[in-house]
Amino acid sequence: MNKGLLDIESLNRAEIEAILARARHFQPAENETYRRFETLRGKMIVNLFFEASTRTRVSFEIAARRLGAETISIAAQGSSVSKGESLVDTLNTLVAMRPNAIVMRHAASGAPHFLARHLAIPIVNAGDGTHEHPTQALLDALTILDRRKSLEHLRVAIIGDIAHSRVARSNVHLLSRFGADIVLCGPPSLLPRELAQLAPGVRLAYDLPEAIRDADVIMMLRVQLERQHEAPMAAGEYFRFYGLRLEHLELAKPEVIVMHPGPINRGRELSSEVADSQRSVILNQVENGVAVRMAVLERTLT
Amino acid sequence: MSRPLLIKGGRVIDPATRGDATADVLIRDGRIEAVGSGLFDPDARVLDATGAIVAPGFIDMHVHLREPGIEHAETIETGARAAAAGGFTTICSMPNTMPVNDSATVTSYIVQRAREVAAVNVFPIGAITKGSLGEELAAIASMREAGIVAISDDGRPVMNARVMRRAMELARVLDIPVIDHCEDLNLSAGGDMHEGIQSVRLGLRGIPSASEDVMVARDLLLAELTGARYHVAHLSTARSIAMVAFARAKGIRVTCEVTPHHFALTDAEIEAYDSNYKMKPPLRCRPDADAVIQGIVDGTVDAIATDHAPHAGDEKMQEFERCPFGITGLETAVGLALDVLVHTGRITVNRMVELFTTGPANVLGLNRGTLYPGAPADVTVFDLAAEWTYDVQQSCSKSRNSPFSGRRFRGGPLATVVGGEIVWKRE
Repeated sequence: MNKGLLDIESLNRAEIEAILARARHFQPAENETYRRFETLRGKMIVNLFFEASTRTRVSFEIAARRLGAETISIAAQGSSVSKGESLVDTLNTLVAMRPNAIVMRHAASGAPHFLARHLAIPIVNAGDGTHEHPTQALLDALTILDRRKSLEHLRVAIIGDIAHSRVARSNVHLLSRFGADIVLCGPPSLLPRELAQLAPGVRLAYDLPEAIRDADVIMMLRVQLERQHEAPMAAGEYFRFYGLRLEHLELAKPEVIVMHPGPINRGRELSSEVADSQRSVILNQVENGVAVRMAVLERTLT
Repeated sequence: MSRPLLIKGGRVIDPATRGDATADVLIRDGRIEAVGSGLFDPDARVLDATGAIVAPGFIDMHVHLREPGIEHAETIETGARAAAAGGFTTICSMPNTMPVNDSATVTSYIVQRAREVAAVNVFPIGAITKGSLGEELAAIASMREAGIVAISDDGRPVMNARVMRRAMELARVLDIPVIDHCEDLNLSAGGDMHEGIQSVRLGLRGIPSASEDVMVARDLLLAELTGARYHVAHLSTARSIAMVAFARAKGIRVTCEVTPHHFALTDAEIEAYDSNYKMKPPLRCRPDADAVIQGIVDGTVDAIATDHAPHAGDEKMQEFERCPFGITGLETAVGLALDVLVHTGRITVNRMVELFTTGPANVLGLNRGTLYPGAPADVTVFDLAAEWTYDVQQSCSKSRNSPFSGRRFRGGPLATVVGGEIVWKRE
């Protein structure tokens, strides 16, 4: 049975809470490093990245090793894939070497779901196209919970290229499970109207100040030029209308936190002052990524 | 000459004559000789049709046979066998082969090859433009001489309205319909499924209904301008069906077809990232599917056509966005029509027969789709009750890309007679 993690949408609230509780258990105390466990000793995890990634890949690798597992990371752009091998054949080849799980990032939405239908090995989705990035939403939730008692009734504004964002989709599904009030905001071509039906508690705003008014959490998204097929706005207008600047933070709750899945483009989606401000928790997100991925890998392989 | 064939005791439905009564059908020398009760011929082989429906041979005016050039996915022979197993006696082959059927040479090849190996009648459809590139008219008049029954750049719609106008002007004089796969390629570019909540949820790029509608609107205006017979292929949206009804009321010569998958499925039923649900036009939303069904009920729709589009297994075993568009459909069309349209009480079985016979025959101007004495002896025998399960692994097609494998059906084809010969019979 495939015990991997393909998306947040198919998880219920209790499953999410269990992962977060376990992640909290793995979080190191302040100024300490992550402890090493032997839970996954003898297990082999293959990190298969068909899209370039530094933070997610390293985070998964560290998480696996902290649990005692061995890892191999493959940047698939430079492998047999470029020789025309199909995705299924690539995976079958790897599976024949009997690893215990595959962590996979792929540019095509649903690629891990497609593979999970044909392979028995657990697959952990490290981001599929413009669909979901489940561990990102889990680490975002953990980061919020470091500063808030619960996710319930939080006002969360997610700003930017929602249409192409797997981070946004996973976060919407997760936050919605806990009754958060979610505002999605971006220029019209990056914010299709159907998004309002994605999950309960979602509404859309095309105006940045309106979206962040009274927000507890502001999540900025990377402008994904590589996925956009045409410019959503005239050059230079994006930052003016949808870039987060220091003065905007006054509209939100005083204790608002600003998040970003990285890598950040200073001056494109948020100003340097915001990125470096007291309100920014961007590095805490990176730190929590390890704890959350430890919890996910443990859940997958034990 | 082969022996006569006597189809005995069935309920004979012939929409061309509005006939519907228990009768025998006697066939001699490839022609219908007589329809009546108590027919007898001492030499005749007998096909017992008691409890079944005997109808004129079904016509599928939209099929991709992949030959010449893409024979690993389908051939004229295998596609025709799948057609026979689906109850079809006549199919029309779309021109997007390799090479494209844009010349009399390719048309003649298909006609000749079909004569040699096809179990059913095959009528080629010629390309509108050279290579279906949308720029220069194909050798339409020569292809007409060689046997095409319509023109279409199916799958690669003519984006240039001026080229489409010229094609319609010529088609009018040659008395053949212009069949358009209506899709504004700029609006649909990069899309993999219907644009709506499901595409947004799955993170797949959308194909808006409007990409079909703007082309139907354009074509209707050009059909009015030129007086051509214009036929909308695989119509899938509420707006398009409304425009077709409006234009017809205005006297514009327009007809349309609907596929079984567009009335049987919606985008909400897509198995996540299963490419057997990927086709063009994409499975639409419930309101679009309902409007298409309403068009079938109220007579706006002229024909059911499958858009049978075989693809080899490895092409469909990929990431959803990399898979080609299209599903097979010949073997499941009658079962789906019975299931979704007849058993639900939406239409009578007589209307269903019309959609498979006189409907497409009239669109194409074919002298088929009737059991009138003297007509070609193409007959489809089917029933309304026997339960069966579709298993795509048993398909006569070379390809396996159907979303309907494992589906239970009530009623379906029992025997297919082409030119007086039984070419397929249910085991």
